Amino acid sequence: MKKFEKLTSRVVPLPIENIDTDQIIPARFLKATTREGFGDNLFRDWRYDGAGQPKADFVMNNTTYAGKILVAGKNFGCGSSREHAAWAIQDYGFDVVISSFFADIFKGNALNNGVLPITVPENFLEKIFDTVFSDPNTELTIDLEAQTVTINATGESFAFEINPYKKSCLINGYDDIDYILNHKELIENYEQQR
Amino acid sequence: MGKTLVEKIWDAHVVKREDGFPDILYIDTHLIHEVTSPQAFDGLRKRGIPVFRPNQTVATADHNVPTLNQHLPIQEELSRYQVDMLTKNCKEFGVELYGLGHPYQGIVHVIGPELGITQPGKTMVCGDSHTSTHGAFGAIAFGIGTSQVEQVFATQCLLQQKPKTMKIEVNGELAKGVGAKDIVLYIISKTTAAGGTGYFVEFAGSAIRSLSMEGRMTVCNMSIEMGARGGLIAPDQTTFDYVHGREFAPKGEEWEKALAYWQTLYSDEDAQFDEVLEFDAADIQPMITYGTNPGMGIGISQAIPATSDQPESERPSYKKALEYMGFQDNETLLGHPVDYVFIGSCTNSRIEDLRAVASFVKGKKKADNVEVWIVPGSKQVEAQAKEEGIDKIFAEAGFILREPGCSACLGMNEDKIPAGKYCVSTSNRNFEGRQGPNARTMLASPLTAAAAAVSGKIMDIREIL
Repeated sequence: MKKFEKLTSRVVPLPIENIDTDQIIPARFLKATTREGFGDNLFRDWRYDGAGQPKADFVMNNTTYAGKILVAGKNFGCGSSREHAAWAIQDYGFDVVISSFFADIFKGNALNNGVLPITVPENFLEKIFDTVFSDPNTELTIDLEAQTVTINATGESFAFEINPYKKSCLINGYDDIDYILNHKELIENYEQQR
Repeated sequence: MGKTLVEKIWDAHVVKREDGFPDILYIDTHLIHEVTSPQAFDGLRKRGIPVFRPNQTVATADHNVPTLNQHLPIQEELSRYQVDMLTKNCKEFGVELYGLGHPYQGIVHVIGPELGITQPGKTMVCGDSHTSTHGAFGAIAFGIGTSQVEQVFATQCLLQQKPKTMKIEVNGELAKGVGAKDIVLYIISKTTAAGGTGYFVEFAGSAIRSLSMEGRMTVCNMSIEMGARGGLIAPDQTTFDYVHGREFAPKGEEWEKALAYWQTLYSDEDAQFDEVLEFDAADIQPMITYGTNPGMGIGISQAIPATSDQPESERPSYKKALEYMGFQDNETLLGHPVDYVFIGSCTNSRIEDLRAVASFVKGKKKADNVEVWIVPGSKQVEAQAKEEGIDKIFAEAGFILREPGCSACLGMNEDKIPAGKYCVSTSNRNFEGRQGPNARTMLASPLTAAAAAVSGKIMDIREIL
């Protein structure tokens, strides 16, 4: 897993609630057997029409907005456990997703792939949307070490929470398997004592 | 202080607990399928390690298989490749596979219980969010991502935060024509699609207790649709009777030992839940969804809530959902024409579901404007349906009994609902495009779906039964 470093970036705003993983990557694109290339079909049916032409009114087809940070309405990533959703978001070029509420499985999948899900209060989320819609060049700074997300233009900042173990995984770029494999003996002992 | 059922099972599976770290949780059974496993097998190859406990791993092909002509090679190249890859991976890593053509093949959450693999007190995972189904037996069962599939392959463990616990009690008697699917759609319409996030939900109360195992599986299956990672029901005689004698259930002395343990699996009276919700079974009508998440459900005779009644910040999303469905504020769905009826999926494709549909449609014919697909959950369900003559009832009604798989639940394989068409579906998700690009899904019980099939429109099953 790649290490997560301090990030300053513009934002792609998607103020829709309950974005499920079928929207992030529809099931018909889950036929690949590798992790690569899912970004092409990220938000496929919102992004392209039936003929494969970009839909002009979708934010990702609007060159006004760009960046490595996706900001979305509450309950982001609900539904299917498909990790392909996290792969698609990462493959497209997002390193961070900000929402006021994340579905459990998506949140875990994102963290396992070096994509940082940041939960902020509703009013802070509104502030980000307002600022970005009034000035699409607005930048946010994500400081994982300090656990802060800052709206650079106004200096407003929010201190987000993250599990300390997961934080160190992101910063150092290691994953859960490395950690658990170090406890093989404990696992075998557990099996024998049952 | 006493423990909840979740705590009892969870604590019995903790290999290591350390402050500041998630628990290392031991996983008894790992179910896998073709879609979310190939990258995990690849990960093992890259690390040069085997599947740690292949005997605790079971595979089947379900998501990406056709449901007609399964004896022929899969037509679509990418799907064929993915299913072949599962076969190759299982062979290489020594994992038992119930693939296409095997008498045990079927939807992963249907075959686990029917083979007796699913048992009370177990921890079970699968790279599929509807793994919560197995909680119906009093097991901790939940869906995981592919990186976690690789974790379980490599270590038979998962790093997991202990979840919060919620109890949902449904007491009282259900009205005629109201069943397990209606209970769970009703609950989700109250909690919203996010209301259970962060929790494992224990379903309790007399209305839950009175359900068959099939009904309990339907309820637990949809726990994830309220955001809960898992849902479970304390095992009782209904559970033990269901498990007893099944292929992989404990036998003889082992059975007695297991049973003694299973009988200790309930939430203690003084156990503390983080949240408790109570519902009255008498308030539950046959349910139907009108929107694009499973929380957007109403009693079949009720009107679609007005956009103006939604919290202001949520109105744009709400409006978008109604536009997608082609519905209006305050509209009632009774009498609304239907194009497709899909009876299947890990929610409602068990023999009991097929029996309920068959007993209602016997001697009736499907409406001309409707296409009806019945997809059994497994080869065993299919065989049982044929043995009972259910296939003939369906054939006479003009329904197509297909072969087992996830089918039109997820718009991945060949079975898709065309754009703009209305489908009454017994599956679990009504998301935009879930059953095919621009398809419009209305979730309902098998009985409500059967009524739509014969009438060609949305009907109140209570008025026809």
